[in-house]
Amino acid sequence: MADPKTLQYTAEHEWVLVDGAVATVGITAYAAEKLGDIVFVDLPKAGSSVAEGKVVGEIESTKSVGELFAPVNGTVVEANDAVVASPELVNSDPFGEGWLIKVEYAELPALLSFDEYSKLTGE
Amino acid sequence: MSDRSSPLHQLHVDAGASFTDFAGWQMPVRYSSDLAEHHAVRTAAGIFDISHMAEILVSGPDAPAFLDYALAGKLSAIGLGQAKYSLLLAESGGIIDDLVVYRRADDAFLVVANAGNRFPVVAALTERAGDFDVTIEDQSDDISLIAVQGPLSRGILEATAGIAQLATPLDELKYYWSTDAKFGDLPLIIGRTGYTGEDGYELYVQADAAASLWEALISAGAPFGLVPAGLASRDTLRLEAGMPLYGHELNLDTFPVQAGLGRVVALTKEGDFVGRAAIEAGPPADARVLVGLVGEGKRAGRADYLVFDGDDEVGNITSGALSPTLGYPIAMAYVDVASSAAGTTLEIDVRGSRVAASVVPLPFYKKEENHG
Repeated sequence: MADPKTLQYTAEHEWVLVDGAVATVGITAYAAEKLGDIVFVDLPKAGSSVAEGKVVGEIESTKSVGELFAPVNGTVVEANDAVVASPELVNSDPFGEGWLIKVEYAELPALLSFDEYSKLTGE
Repeated sequence: MSDRSSPLHQLHVDAGASFTDFAGWQMPVRYSSDLAEHHAVRTAAGIFDISHMAEILVSGPDAPAFLDYALAGKLSAIGLGQAKYSLLLAESGGIIDDLVVYRRADDAFLVVANAGNRFPVVAALTERAGDFDVTIEDQSDDISLIAVQGPLSRGILEATAGIAQLATPLDELKYYWSTDAKFGDLPLIIGRTGYTGEDGYELYVQADAAASLWEALISAGAPFGLVPAGLASRDTLRLEAGMPLYGHELNLDTFPVQAGLGRVVALTKEGDFVGRAAIEAGPPADARVLVGLVGEGKRAGRADYLVFDGDDEVGNITSGALSPTLGYPIAMAYVDVASSAAGTTLEIDVRGSRVAASVVPLPFYKKEENHG
């Protein structure tokens, strides 16, 4: 599990872990908690292009549907098959095994720091 | 909107609950996992705080005749201690609320209404009282309601310290009957009723004793696997059981027969009742009917999603979820009669893509029959 303090965030309650030219993306523990038990995850296929701010996937709980937004422009290099098979990983380990997609990007947009995101959620 | 909370609120906070607004009340939506809470009710037991429900006492010499006039069912026919599911109809034939009515005495009935309809129900009953010799007393603020639901519920109640002096022992209490009892020195009503499709009980106690009753039940229930359960699991449980939720399957524009509740309206009872003329005339010829839909895969249709039969829009979903017990998507929907036969294949528009779904009879889930 990544240390949440070292990650960057979006206002859509996603986290981004930057490693070279690849950004790993997931939803935050706060978002997972708000959704409740996650029962279905729909992710873009490897090789698909994604555009910053556009919906690229869905995260469904028993009660509601959350959208996955691409936090960067780029190409999906990997989707997490483990969460598709076991969506509960998003609840049990949102910052680790519950990661969703890895995106190869050219340029990183402005993202929120841990402190800025914490201020946003009030937690 | 008011922002009320249950007398049990602090216990829920201490148990780590998340809260949701429900009809102006802050109520627990889940404690940790809504799926785990759902499964606990199906396999062991869950305890729900439903103190937001409204309790209205109708008493007086004319109470039986009054309820036969004011409600859709023949309440005068139920026995002492018996409970009955009923409807409060508008003159138009639409539904003001769905209710459970308990007979407390020859001349007294406890009417339990949805939290969001408390004031419309009290207003309608008061208005309908007219020349009847009845008193209508809104006791909602004084009574708390705790539900214990699941196959192990009886053992839990029997093991709970302080619950005593049952007029009818639990092993003799039939489904949809109630008994007077005591919790300590205080009056307690135990109904073998619920909203989950499992065996279980609903306990009515005065509000200032609700916290001690909750704690006694939790304490006795822990060895049985009893867990506190929130409104998220209550909703998936009642959906699997095919039970309607007011505001979703029922509203002022829906006739009982459309919702499959024609049997709740006692057209054979003597005398007039509010809504009779409209019910006898029937709903419009093109009125849609409530059906169950089951889908493949994991993507559930949800409230307000549209339903298609080929290219034709034929209805809309009122409640839907991926069924925790069954593992496939289930939904209740109103569809055109021509598309309502069991076995018909329809399509749900799930956020822009069509998902196949078959019409099935309700309920989706039925517990093994062992009503004692």
